[in-house]
Amino acid sequence: MRGNTQTITHSQRLNIGNVLYSLWNRLGMIMILLLLCVVLSFTAPNFLDTANLLNVLKQVSIIAILAAGMTIVILTGGIDLSVGATVALSGVISVMVSSAGVNPIIAMLSGVLVGYAVGLINGFLTAKAKLPAFIVTLGSFTYVRGLAYVISGGYPIVLQNETFKFIGGGSIFGIPTPIYIMSLVYVVMFFVLKYTMFGRHIYAIGGNEEAARLTGIKVEKSLINVYSISGLLAGLGGVVLAGRLFSGQPTAGQMYELDAIAAVILGGTSLTGGKGKIIGTIIGVLIMGVISNGLTLMDVNYYWQLVVKGGVIVAAVLLDRLRGNSPA
Amino acid sequence: MAVNEMSLKGQQSLKKPVLNMEGIGKTFSSVTVLNNVRIELYPGEVHALMGENGAGKSTFMKILAGIHTPDDNGGKIYLKGQPILWKDPTDARNKGISVIHQELNLSPNLTISENILMGSTFPRNGLGMVKWDKVHERAQEVLDSMGSNLNPRQLVSTLSVAQQQMVEIARALSFNAEVLIMDEPTASLTDKEIKKLFEIIDDLKKQGVAIVYISHRMEEIFKISNRFTVLRDGEWIASGPIEETNPDHLVKLMVGRDLKDLFNRSKAFGTKNPKEVSPVLELKNVSDNTIVKNVSLKIYPGEIVGLAGLVGAGRTELVRAIFGLSELKSGEILVDGQSVRIKSSIDAIANRIAHVPESRKEQGLFLSMSVKENIIMAELKKHAKAGIVSWKQVNESANQYIEDLNIKIASPEQQVSNLSGGNQQKVVIARWLSIAPKVLLLDEPTRGVDIGAKTEIHKIVSKLADEGLAVLMISSELPEVLGVSDRILVMSEGRLTGELSKEEATQETIMRLATKGGREK
Repeated sequence: MRGNTQTITHSQRLNIGNVLYSLWNRLGMIMILLLLCVVLSFTAPNFLDTANLLNVLKQVSIIAILAAGMTIVILTGGIDLSVGATVALSGVISVMVSSAGVNPIIAMLSGVLVGYAVGLINGFLTAKAKLPAFIVTLGSFTYVRGLAYVISGGYPIVLQNETFKFIGGGSIFGIPTPIYIMSLVYVVMFFVLKYTMFGRHIYAIGGNEEAARLTGIKVEKSLINVYSISGLLAGLGGVVLAGRLFSGQPTAGQMYELDAIAAVILGGTSLTGGKGKIIGTIIGVLIMGVISNGLTLMDVNYYWQLVVKGGVIVAAVLLDRLRGNSPA
Repeated sequence: MAVNEMSLKGQQSLKKPVLNMEGIGKTFSSVTVLNNVRIELYPGEVHALMGENGAGKSTFMKILAGIHTPDDNGGKIYLKGQPILWKDPTDARNKGISVIHQELNLSPNLTISENILMGSTFPRNGLGMVKWDKVHERAQEVLDSMGSNLNPRQLVSTLSVAQQQMVEIARALSFNAEVLIMDEPTASLTDKEIKKLFEIIDDLKKQGVAIVYISHRMEEIFKISNRFTVLRDGEWIASGPIEETNPDHLVKLMVGRDLKDLFNRSKAFGTKNPKEVSPVLELKNVSDNTIVKNVSLKIYPGEIVGLAGLVGAGRTELVRAIFGLSELKSGEILVDGQSVRIKSSIDAIANRIAHVPESRKEQGLFLSMSVKENIIMAELKKHAKAGIVSWKQVNESANQYIEDLNIKIASPEQQVSNLSGGNQQKVVIARWLSIAPKVLLLDEPTRGVDIGAKTEIHKIVSKLADEGLAVLMISSELPEVLGVSDRILVMSEGRLTGELSKEEATQETIMRLATKGGREK
């Protein structure tokens, strides 16, 4: 069967229009992103302004951080629905710790650690108790959000500390801090996936868990680490968001998990695991960010933006599938 | 090829066949699986379909059941003299062909009735709602006709395997089957249950049902069959009344493949006299939780031990138990004379045991990864400092194996899914060599590999043994077992039924041991 698809792709490439096709074949989603940018540069006023482009990056930074963790989870063939709720819990707790007069660095770390703990529990239940990741994280999606409400009493908690605010709302050399954090996350993740044993084991497990186990890879340990990292990044996202909103909000991060998943899939990562790249994910994130931004600049109302965004996700993945790169 | 045509005599020649298949041919992606195969089925007979693993029995029966269609110009199927071609399995079933598959196909959380009537339209009232009383009634009728006392309202999940088999048969009968295919129906039954099954088969015969009976158990074949057909390597070899044959004769018909093109390992192997050295791997009375019972064996450095037997004999299960993939119920495993506890593949690897699994794609390869990564995945540690992989080292090491094993690839970066079966298998073997094993467990190392690559793999394994590796090789291909092994162990029904030296071993002696039956009386 595999041989067949191979030959079909091959013969298609030999036909007319092969230049466009091979370009599309090689670049895929980057082409879509560039195409979107070209279209928006004509239709949306000020789209290409540096300020606007930085704004896009700042807007997507938190989803991007979550999507980096989501990428490794999906690479193992799993899913993490809890990241949005974790953003809220991490924000609430870190702001409360900060309000108690604790050093802001420690306060921020506490938020990250909360995320790590949520991920650790997810990973443990998925890897050791062998529960489906969907169910485990659907559970944490709910109880983590619940905890955020319980701890905050349902109200936003105001953030006073300036250092903490800087992490979300400040800028260095004119570039907003979240962009640095996001970039760091992606550089590290790129390195981890490509150059560490852990990273290669993620691909191996996602590609063929049985073979990985037979090969002597510690599958369970790796899976626990994967979910823990996803949680940790969600915690980091929560801290950054709290810094940007100047408050810890129990309602923060709603639907973020779905945006993160959409970005990963747009980036070409296979939902069945084993196949995908972190660079694809950042492109997926940017596609979504550019669409929202462009539509806002064009004064399209938010409701219509949702309709367009959803349509673009499906259309882009459909196009990618025609490329012979089945994402599901 | 020796073709023995036996006369059709007695009552059969008076009746017309209910179904016959002629000149059936089937090709899967340019590999011919069946070539000019035929069978004639008469009402009220049990027809034993015999053949080695891979002889083409199941493909042949799948064509009969409408699961596969024969090639264009691949012969004809006649139902009561009329040429016919099934559209799909449902079509075949509606025309009276039913199959009882080896692995049961029941829905455990539904009742017996629902399982029996599955696939037919349930009786309904005017509103389209199922009339459950009627459903159970109908199921009861079928069960009664078999003399079964099962309660149709019971859930299938509460039944024993034998009872489930009864439900399968009832389902087949509920379609008024005229031809019933039974694939190893007794494999999981106790003696008492087998007796019951045979009574049912007798009944079916009286009702005029033609039964195709696939089994490896000679006693059964001679107990219940009327006629037989033997296939070998996808070809029809012989058919005839069962009275005109005997077990030895059948075995002869089933085996007898050509040996001449295959690799033949020379006698000069690393350890001249294995009795003088101590075994590197020893099993003492090993049983697992599935089929393996009381297996004891010793494997010495430098020898290749072939593990022969029929599919389902417990060979794979034994090897998986050695590699820590299934729990031992009892018994002991010794490596280099030391008793070891192997509870996972990680423990096995720590004891320098390597395992090339049965199915390359499902258990062996990371298909979407590169050749080089597939090769070094088990020993990534060796090429990493503080968890950070040195791709330079990986490349060097992978290239070495690619050269040593003569793996033919465009580049080490190539995705492993694009390689041929033989080269893929070499990649898996290379991975296991990277752990510097003392014991190499090979499970069907050349399945789905072309003849050239097969010979190459045999040479590689032989060379590894010469260098002192102890090899245990499962193979369902007798010529391979005979050509490569220094010594051959035969399993049947979970037990070792014999050991043969290279000199003693022939296809016939192995088949005899493999069909002996390890069952305790």
